[in-house]
Amino acid sequence: MAEYYRLFLAQARGQAQYRASFWFDVAASTGFGVIDLLGVLVVFHASGSLGGFTQAEGLLIAALAGAGFALADLVVGSVERIRNYVRTGLFDAVLLRPLGALGQLIAMDFAPRRAGRAVLCAALIPVTAVGAGVQWTPVRLLVAVLAPLCGAVLFGAIFVATATVAFWWIDSGEFANSFTYGGRDFSTWPATIYGGVFRRVFAYGFGFAFAGYYPALILLGRPDPLGGPPWLAWLSPLVAAVAAVVAGLFWRRGVRQYRSTGS
Amino acid sequence: MSAVIETRGLRKEFVVRKRAGRFRRTRHAIAAVDGVDLRVEAGEMLGYIGPNGAGKSTTLKMLTGVLHPSGGDVRVCGFEPVPQRVRLARGIGVVFGQRSQLWWDLPLRESFDLLRHIYRVPPSEHAARLARCRSMLELDPFLDTPVRQLSLGQRMRGEITAALLHGPAVLFLDEPTIGLDVVSKQSVRAFLAEVGARGDTTVVLTTHDLADIQRLCERLVVIDHGRVVHDGTLAALHARYGSRRRVVADLDAPLDRPVAVPGADLESTEGGGARLTYALDQPPGALIAALAQTGVLRDVKIEEPDIEEVVARLYKDR
Ligand SMILES: Nc1ncnc2c1ncn2[C@@H]1O[C@H](COP(=O)(O)OP(=O)(O)O)[C@@H](O)[C@H]1O
Ligand SMILES: [Mg+2]
Repeated sequence: MAEYYRLFLAQARGQAQYRASFWFDVAASTGFGVIDLLGVLVVFHASGSLGGFTQAEGLLIAALAGAGFALADLVVGSVERIRNYVRTGLFDAVLLRPLGALGQLIAMDFAPRRAGRAVLCAALIPVTAVGAGVQWTPVRLLVAVLAPLCGAVLFGAIFVATATVAFWWIDSGEFANSFTYGGRDFSTWPATIYGGVFRRVFAYGFGFAFAGYYPALILLGRPDPLGGPPWLAWLSPLVAAVAAVVAGLFWRRGVRQYRSTGS
Repeated sequence: MSAVIETRGLRKEFVVRKRAGRFRRTRHAIAAVDGVDLRVEAGEMLGYIGPNGAGKSTTLKMLTGVLHPSGGDVRVCGFEPVPQRVRLARGIGVVFGQRSQLWWDLPLRESFDLLRHIYRVPPSEHAARLARCRSMLELDPFLDTPVRQLSLGQRMRGEITAALLHGPAVLFLDEPTIGLDVVSKQSVRAFLAEVGARGDTTVVLTTHDLADIQRLCERLVVIDHGRVVHDGTLAALHARYGSRRRVVADLDAPLDRPVAVPGADLESTEGGGARLTYALDQPPGALIAALAQTGVLRDVKIEEPDIEEVVARLYKDR
C-alpha cells in the first residue's frame, strides 16, 4: 500500500504545477452533485410521487445511490483513462513496475478534488433518511453505512469492467462513460418506474437496483413493490462481490490482450 | 535451469485488420516473433539485432512480461514473465529508448527516490548504486531538472540509472543509443561496457548502432522476420558471411608487376596505383612480405572487417 501512496503523492506533486485551483475543482464537484439532487427534487415536486415513492423517499434512494457512485468515481473513476495508456503504449511502463497494474492506474490518476460529490451525498443520507421518517434500529444504521460502500464496489466494478473494453477495442471512445453514467442515472430513481426487459437487465442483470433502491426499502421498512421476496433486499453485498470478481476476471483477460504498440 | 533467459519456440502473432472494400475488413495474423529459441547464461552480454520490424522489441516485451506470448515457453530469472510479472519486475531493469519510464513532471532525483520505495531497496544499497551512476553518467548537472526538460541524451542516462537502482539480475535495453549525440552515445556505451564487465548483470541489448555492437556485444543474435538467423560471436558472423580483413598499401610508385599472393585479392587501385587495397582470406603476413619486397612500400594498414558491411548484406538478403 505504501508504494501506491508514494506513487499518488509523486503524481500529485508533479501535477500541482499545472493545477489552477484545487478548491475550484472541489466546488465544481460538489456543485454537480447539488444539481443532480435538485433534478430529483424538481421531478418529484412536479409529480407528487413517483413509482409509489414520496419525494422524501425518492431523495433517500438518490442519496444512497449517489454516494456509492461518487465514492467509486473518486477512487476508480480514472480507470477510463486506460484507453489512453493502451492506445499510446504507455501501459508498457505500468507493466514493467513491480506493482499491480490496476493499483498503479488508480494511484496515478487519483484526484481528491473529486471528493466533493461523495462527501455531499454521504452527508445527505442521514438527512434524507430523517426526512423520509426512517425508524432507526442498529441494523438499519449498519445498512445506511454499508449501502454506499456496496454501491461503491458495484459501480467501481462497472468502471473497471467497462474500461477494460479498451484492451480489445482501442477506439472505444465514450463507450465506458455512457455505460457508467447510464448506471448512475438508472439507480438514482426508484426501480419501479422502469418497465419490463429494461428494468430486468439494468436492475438485476447489472445490479443497479442494489445501489439505492433495495437498501432504501430496508431503511424504510417497506416490502418490495415489485413483488420480490424479502431477502432480495439484503443481497447488495453479494451483488457487489460478484460484480467485483467478474470485473477482476475481465481485467485479467484484458491485460493479457494488451498488444502494446510497435516500436 | 541455470540459464537466466530461456525461450523455446517463442511466438507472437498480431492480428491486423485490413480494409477490403468499403465495409468489409479482413483479419489476418502476422507472426512478429516466429519460434525463437534462446538461451542466455548469467553475466552474458547479448546483442539482439536485426532490421526494422524483425521482432526485436516484441521479443523483449515478451521477456519482460509486457506481452503475452502466442506460443512457446519463456522463462526469465526462473519466472514465467506474464503470470509472475510483479516478481520478475523486481529482478529486471528495462530501458526502452523510445518510451520513458520516468515521471515526466518530476526531477530525476525525485524519480529515483520514488523508485527506491517502489522496489523496496535498502537506502544504503540505493545510495551506493546511485553514486556510481551519478559519477559515471555525469548526472549531477541535471539531477534537479524535471524530466520533460531534459535533452534526449540526459534523459537516457537517467533512464539507465533508473533501470539499475534496484540491482537487477538482467538489464534489457531496446535501442538505448537511438537519436543520441556522439558524446552521450559514448558515455552510455562506456557505462554499459562497465556494467557488462562487472559480470553480475546479464545484459540484452537491441541496437542499430554498429559501434554499440562492436564495443559491447560478445555474442550476437540476429533475427529477421521473427526468426533467429545467426547466433554466435561477431567473428563467427564475419566468417559466415565471408567478410574479410583488408590490407591497404600506400606505395611510392606504381608496381611494375602485380603482387600475387594466394588468399589475397586485389580489390581496388587508387591514385594511379599509389594505393592498393587487398581483401584477405589468410593472415596478412605473406602479402605484407611480398609488398615489402617490391621496394616501393611506404605505408601499410590492416583494416578489420566491417560489421556494417556484414549487417548490410544480412539485411539485403531478406
Ligand atoms: N502492437 C502491435 N500491433 C500490430 N503489429 C505490431 C505491434 N507491435 C509490433 N507489430 C509488428 O510486429 C513486427 C515486429 O515489430 P517489432 O518487434 O517492433 O520490430 P523491431 O523492434 O525489430 O523493429 C512488425 O511487423 C510490426 O509492425
Ligand atoms: Mg524495435
